[in-house]
Amino acid sequence: MPRPKFQLIVIGVSSGGMQALKIILGQLPAEFPLPLLVVQHISSDAGDGLARLLDELCEIRVKEADEQDRICAGTAYLAPANYHLLVESDGILALSADPPVSYARPSIDVLFESASAVYSSALIGVVLTGANFDGSQGLKTIKQNGGIAIVQNPADAAAPQMPLAALAATAVDYVAPLDGIVAVLKKLADA
Amino acid sequence: MGLPTVKSAELEDVEIGLLLTGIQQIYGYDFREYAAASIKRRLAHWLAESEFDTFSQAQSCLLRDPDTFLSLLQGITINVTEMFRDPAFFLALREQVVPFLKTYPFLKIWHAGCATGEEAYSMAILLNEEGLAGRYRLYATDIDEEVLQKAAEGVLPINVMQKFTQNYQKSGGTASFADYYTARYDHAILSASLKKNIVFSQHNLAVDAAFGEMHLILCRNVMIYFKPILKERCLSLFDHSLMPGGFLCLGLKEGMERKKWSERYEEMVPRTRIYRKCYATA
Ligand SMILES: C[S@@+](CC[C@H](N)C(=O)[O-])C[C@H]1O[C@@H](n2cnc3c(N)ncnc32)[C@H](O)[C@@H]1O
Repeated sequence: MPRPKFQLIVIGVSSGGMQALKIILGQLPAEFPLPLLVVQHISSDAGDGLARLLDELCEIRVKEADEQDRICAGTAYLAPANYHLLVESDGILALSADPPVSYARPSIDVLFESASAVYSSALIGVVLTGANFDGSQGLKTIKQNGGIAIVQNPADAAAPQMPLAALAATAVDYVAPLDGIVAVLKKLADA
Repeated sequence: MGLPTVKSAELEDVEIGLLLTGIQQIYGYDFREYAAASIKRRLAHWLAESEFDTFSQAQSCLLRDPDTFLSLLQGITINVTEMFRDPAFFLALREQVVPFLKTYPFLKIWHAGCATGEEAYSMAILLNEEGLAGRYRLYATDIDEEVLQKAAEGVLPINVMQKFTQNYQKSGGTASFADYYTARYDHAILSASLKKNIVFSQHNLAVDAAFGEMHLILCRNVMIYFKPILKERCLSLFDHSLMPGGFLCLGLKEGMERKKWSERYEEMVPRTRIYRKCYATA
């Protein structure tokens, strides 16, 4: 059997993120064939409430990432507050308490770059709403390694800076509003 | 000839593998046992700042010149720590564990991977405030001699004290945090009374032996960087060093999920990562 073209989706989102994640994760079917790793910037003392709330709202499974979690299809893993989320070489998740990168921990760049090093062209990177420029370097790396880059249409974003920074950093494959991104992800997941 | 061309990411993995093997053989530090993702990220950082283009290029110099290796070592070890890091953890320690500790005449506590010592100093403050002054010894260990030296000095940059004061207050501190240090220009000198019951010493969790009969062991934000095999080695080491009924504290995202451990250790308060070793263990 040929291996599916894509194996993992990584998503980075900052201010306005809760709303955006509700829409994206909320529209994926329970049997969605790819796993998702999500970095949402949250305050350093937030608990795992966000993951639990999304898990209730969504058909796919949503959980806060734990050290050594094995990546499973149809599951979204959220980076815990105050930790970077990374992919270990063998499809296992890793966390790190390294210093913030560009003031962010979890950092979108750290997730994107580590995932790209493992999945290269089988990776899909998505940058959503946010008021900083985290994720742009990571998205550039994903493109350089042959992956797919998707950016939320800045006009559609609650905070356009992060999508704009991503668009400035690299050529991307899709620019779309949230609903359009869901459609693209479903299409790519079947490829 | 049809030799394969290797993708640069794969090539780099090969180069890093060779380099880490060389480093282990020459300097004795075995980073192959550390989680690959974080190590690779920090190595890439070091390379970008260095004069070399590839790890193969850097290797010759790294293996021959100890100073170059030291710069790499500085770049790939993470020593960040705080006083009363994760205040909710220290609050749980104060409220749930200290009452048990008070039942012993004398306490031995091990801070494994203590970095620059803030955790040990926090513990000294907490124990003194709980009336245990003079009844404990803290063994604070790390693999890294340089951080241990700093730890023993007990001098902190003044600009972190505001954050540490907040941590202290959130952790249930009962005094004024400013009483524990003297401000000098841009430094805060921790009071000598905190230092006198702390022993700082070098200890490598990957190779060194167990410590005797501890009542409490803290190893937080250290094993998160280890591969599962090394993490298991450490947990066994702690298990051997801990007396029955003793407490083991891990980082907030580190656990003892494996059945072998969950049968013998009970988490005191959910999500605090404070585990108590059962009395009846085989
Ligand atoms: C991020 S710091 C944690 C400091 C403190 N425990 C805390 O939670 O704030 C990690 C420390 O682990 C130390 N370390 C790494 N590998 C070690 C090993 N094999 N044995 C002992 N210490 C080690 C590092 O030198 C570093 O100081």
